Amino acid sequence: MATPATKVRFREPQIEMAHGAGGKASRRLVEGLFAPLLFGSAHGPLGDAAHIQINGTRIAMTTDSFVVKPLRFPGGSIGELAINGTVNDLAVSGARAEAIVVTFVLEAGLPTDVLEAEVRAMAQAAETAGVMIAGGDTKVVEHGKADHMYITTTGVGRLLSGVEISPQSVRPGDKVLLSGPIGDHGITILLARGDLDLEADLRSDTRSVFPLVQALVSAEGAGVRWMRDPTRGGAATSLNELARDCGKGIVLFEEKLPVRDSVRGACELLGLDPLHIANEGQFLAIVSAEHAQRAWQALRATPGGEQAAIIGEVREEPAGAVLVTTLYGGNRLVDMLVGDPLPRIC
Amino acid sequence: MKYVDEFRTPELIGKAGEEIRRLADPNRHYRIMEVCGGHTHAIYRFGLKDLLPENVELIHGPGCPVCVLPMGRIDDGLSLAAQPDFIFAAFGDMMRVPGTHGSPLEYKARGMDVRIVYSPADALKLARNNPEKHVMFFAIGFETTAPSTALTLMRAKAEGLHNFSVFCNHVTIIPAIRAILDSPDMRLDGFVGPGHVSTVIGCRPYDWIAKDEGKPVVVSGFEPLDILQSIVMLLRQLRKGEAKVENQYKRVVPWEGNRAALRAMSEVFELRPYFEWRGLGFISQSALKIRASYAEWDSEQRFSVPGLRVTDPKAAQCGEVLKGVLKPAQCKLFGKECTPEQPVGALMVSSEGSCAAYYNYEHRKPVTIANSAAN
Repeated sequence: MATPATKVRFREPQIEMAHGAGGKASRRLVEGLFAPLLFGSAHGPLGDAAHIQINGTRIAMTTDSFVVKPLRFPGGSIGELAINGTVNDLAVSGARAEAIVVTFVLEAGLPTDVLEAEVRAMAQAAETAGVMIAGGDTKVVEHGKADHMYITTTGVGRLLSGVEISPQSVRPGDKVLLSGPIGDHGITILLARGDLDLEADLRSDTRSVFPLVQALVSAEGAGVRWMRDPTRGGAATSLNELARDCGKGIVLFEEKLPVRDSVRGACELLGLDPLHIANEGQFLAIVSAEHAQRAWQALRATPGGEQAAIIGEVREEPAGAVLVTTLYGGNRLVDMLVGDPLPRIC
Repeated sequence: MKYVDEFRTPELIGKAGEEIRRLADPNRHYRIMEVCGGHTHAIYRFGLKDLLPENVELIHGPGCPVCVLPMGRIDDGLSLAAQPDFIFAAFGDMMRVPGTHGSPLEYKARGMDVRIVYSPADALKLARNNPEKHVMFFAIGFETTAPSTALTLMRAKAEGLHNFSVFCNHVTIIPAIRAILDSPDMRLDGFVGPGHVSTVIGCRPYDWIAKDEGKPVVVSGFEPLDILQSIVMLLRQLRKGEAKVENQYKRVVPWEGNRAALRAMSEVFELRPYFEWRGLGFISQSALKIRASYAEWDSEQRFSVPGLRVTDPKAAQCGEVLKGVLKPAQCKLFGKECTPEQPVGALMVSSEGSCAAYYNYEHRKPVTIANSAAN
């Protein structure tokens, strides 16, 4: 059978680290190469999980690979991240994770106790999240061909009733909710690598966000239009993707953004924007104006959601972009992350 | 955050904005150059232009070390690093700057050993930890970063560490300002002087700008309040018809500079007879080279360097933007062929480059945005 003449728009000669950093380059790769060849024209906007129908039952399905370095960091580790990451992708697509299968890619020479610790962390995270680990696969590659271990998890979940997630339903006047402080995970990892000679009392925020999503949906599900967990590329990248998908503008109020002092301090020193830093235990939601206040209260009343905030709103302008108003009435655009966050020098 | 939030207080910033509007003569147009890329970045990041009246125009200066480095120097550095058992170490800012055949990051993706370091001392640590390899630190920056390169070279010599060298691209700010003032198409009213550079060189080196050129200079800090206050100080001088050097950044910049840093620089560096700057061309005595007494740690003296001269892509108008003659968006490539993702010129790469700052924070902004806090 002849291959259909699908048009690939990804023209970069080789894969760079930036193509995996979750920002613009990642989006170009997915939209320019993967989507046209693998999904054809059938695909809509690319969400955190696919919704598929089997015999009349709608389920959500997602997959994610974890290549974090170092394997363990304050507040978490790769094993625990591998479960919560997939649970969260399902959660923000409006689904409760039911089962996960796991693939391990292990490097020859990996000490067994390192592996065991991660498997234990996975079991613990799965139990906390109430998800079954239903199967798995293992591959071992030569020493030096992988960074200790990579983990891929694939999960299926049951869709929560009473919520429909779609960027197209987003309207001007809707509010932007954030579940808690941003930047903790990315800055923790950066510091844990030890290249910076910086220390801060900071832990990764890695956790399942499902309890918060569930609280939000059961309280004000009818008003919830869109959700996303802002992992790689940070909140700015997630919101820029939304702005493009819905054709509206997202305006954030800088003074409302929950950011810990230690994260702000590290970002100041390194010339990074907390809005571009990865999170592993937060989510963003767009909620209609009339539901927003109660939705916010529902999040605040749920353990782990005490610092939730309404951080901005949807407007007609700037269409397709994210704008931050500063404390003193100035404003700036915040684009998607370009490349990896690189520290500046002076 | 202590020592930062104090300089971002909305009330004080509002007051400074009012003072600027009060001082600016509505019948006059002011063109003020902020020399340093750090200021350019802060001006866009904090949306400070929105607080200025229309007749106070900020012109972005040449003080972005990545931006002024001609492409040939990047090619030279990368060609040295192609040797076996070689580690190319540079600051993060350099990583996406395009050379003729790609940026350091693209070379890294093709297999070259390219490392991001946060200080020259980190590069020296790399050399200690990899005795079987040669570590070359690709040094960039004005007088801000030159002292730490100098101290690192002094330490390498003291330790007798022979697998380490520096490819020196350090430049000096004063000749660049002179070149800009000599440029016939510039009409400037005053300068927001560089803060970090001045912590090293002090404020005296700017005297001639006030005395000979009759333009006021205010050395400024980098927080929103610092920059606005510096503009207030400049406007006060202009209103009184004065031209002098003032120091707004007293909490950091000593009038005489940092003697120890200057001593380290003169121990290790001497002036190059001339050096090429992107956009400004060859400027005499505008850059530092490593002295013969440190020849063994100088990549250029130790290895043979091709000495490439590469012109920027023709359509790119980096030079004009760098001199402040064109605004970033007036360049033909801006936002089309040249974006932060696929930069043609370095001004689109560095966070301090005016094109990147303008692209990231400004260019798609609607004209008016009402400011109202959520709920």
